[in-house]
Amino acid sequence: MHVERLELIDFRSYHHAVVDLQPGPQVLVGPNGVGKTNVLEALHVLAAGGSHRVGGDEALVREGAQEAVLRAWTRDREGRGQEVSLALRPGGRNVARVDGAGVPRLRDALGRVRVVLFAPEDLALVRGDPADRRRFLDQLLAQRRPAYHAARQEFERALRQRNALLRQQRLGDPAAQAGLPTWTEAVATTGARLVAARLLACHALADPFAARAAELAGGAPGATPGLAYRLSTDRVEVADGGVQEVDPQGLARELAEGMRERAEEERERATTLVGPHRDELRIDLDGRPARSHASQGEAWTLALALRLAAREVLEEVGEEPVVLLDDVFSELDDGRRARLAAWCGRAEQVVVTAAVEGDVPLGGPRLLVRPGEVQASTGPDEHREARGEGDHGDPGQKERP
Amino acid sequence: MDYEGPIQDLITELGRLPGIGPKSAQRLAFHLLTVDATDARRLADAITSVKERVRFCEVCFNVSEGPRCRVCRDERRSDEVLCVVEEPRDVVAIERTGEFRGRYHVLGGAISPLDGIGPAQLRVKELLARLSDGAVTEVVIATNTSIEGEATASYLSRQLQPLGVRLTRLAAGLPVGGDLEYADEVTLGRAFAGRTQL
Repeated sequence: MHVERLELIDFRSYHHAVVDLQPGPQVLVGPNGVGKTNVLEALHVLAAGGSHRVGGDEALVREGAQEAVLRAWTRDREGRGQEVSLALRPGGRNVARVDGAGVPRLRDALGRVRVVLFAPEDLALVRGDPADRRRFLDQLLAQRRPAYHAARQEFERALRQRNALLRQQRLGDPAAQAGLPTWTEAVATTGARLVAARLLACHALADPFAARAAELAGGAPGATPGLAYRLSTDRVEVADGGVQEVDPQGLARELAEGMRERAEEERERATTLVGPHRDELRIDLDGRPARSHASQGEAWTLALALRLAAREVLEEVGEEPVVLLDDVFSELDDGRRARLAAWCGRAEQVVVTAAVEGDVPLGGPRLLVRPGEVQASTGPDEHREARGEGDHGDPGQKERP
Repeated sequence: MDYEGPIQDLITELGRLPGIGPKSAQRLAFHLLTVDATDARRLADAITSVKERVRFCEVCFNVSEGPRCRVCRDERRSDEVLCVVEEPRDVVAIERTGEFRGRYHVLGGAISPLDGIGPAQLRVKELLARLSDGAVTEVVIATNTSIEGEATASYLSRQLQPLGVRLTRLAAGLPVGGDLEYADEVTLGRAFAGRTQL
């Protein structure tokens, strides 16, 4: 799918802005701090329900405003149009609408706009803590398999219950010991579901990740990248595109066994030490952790390859996501820039931000971003009329009086 | 600012009820102020008599007016099947189906360490005592499908296994008569995992 138009009302730095987008590549150009990233962030919020930069919604609403409204008009492979809007109300309930009609649950509206975003923060995928890479897998799975989010909530609830019991045990409650096997089983069963889903995602990522990393590196001699998943039981499973199935029951037994082995340590620390909350997605270079062994250029390449691979995994079900690249090209050398540009040429829609236009060897329209507004740099009306649109309200109105 | 005297007392008391916030408490209190004295009296009587006359069945711990509840007094029901539920309201839900003709055992909640509820706080000892004479051949565990309900089911199965009684658990899956597309992802996923051979 692609997004034809995005409207932002009281979102971040924008009073009211309308951004017209095209299929294929396009570049948002403007100096630092004018709000280029906010446009990509808006699309990410519509897709995922939240920002990639901040936890809460407060920062997303323009100062002095009560709520922010985001609205996107999309068109899918078969040419069907859809309008998705989301009102962000910090302290209240966010409200989503699809084609103007309210939806009972927020998540019924999410995922209709599909995006894969690569931002400077993604360097943490390579350099950051295991938690950063777990979050990457969790976010990918939440988009790929809607039941995953609920499974995660179940696991976290079981984990909190078991940790509460371990604390009671440390305080000398004799009944806690008797209750432990039940919660060990609950954590193992619910945890195994998450580990199974993550392992499958990891295996599915293996081939696209290797292909994209090799493509970006352009055949230059260098270390071979790979993915692996390290379980909290210290077992490492190397990602392998050939693996299609994972046995959750076996994983549940492995987790339960792990907890029994570390019972002593868990009792002392009064916390659960085995489970998906202690796992790690490992990015390797020649079998060594890229976190410590990748150069800066390699780290960017690997993080980017992982995001592009995620896009391919997402595409297996449903529509092709829009690719959002936030200030990426300036970090890459000329060869990588050209190869990333070639890859972008194959995607249905790509939106790129850049402070310096010359950094981006991509065709497509340029959109000039100034504080509070986004304008097509050449002939915006030609694009619209050529595609027979004009029914999206008043396209001339860029800013609310 | 608080109101004077009895009206504030009423608002405070109503506000302590589950699901009633300060605004609702205030609305209810002022509504009660306008109703007939007889209607208000009826409500007051209902509240007092629920505390005075309702107690827990000595056998199954369902709510009851006498020492034994309606289900335990009913001689036409089977003593061989025992259905274990969390709360009295679950008994009512199952009774509405008219399908189950055995007896019940009400645990009084589910295991939840975060709320300080362990097996000792539930009527598990009483359940084991009821099963000791061997009259019951099947125990249906009908705790909720929440994580706490599942944990309680797994705890009970561990405790009851040595007794050699047949243990069953209610199936989780699709609502009957509904469209597949309206089922939420979790329920549908659970139904998929628990699919049966035709």
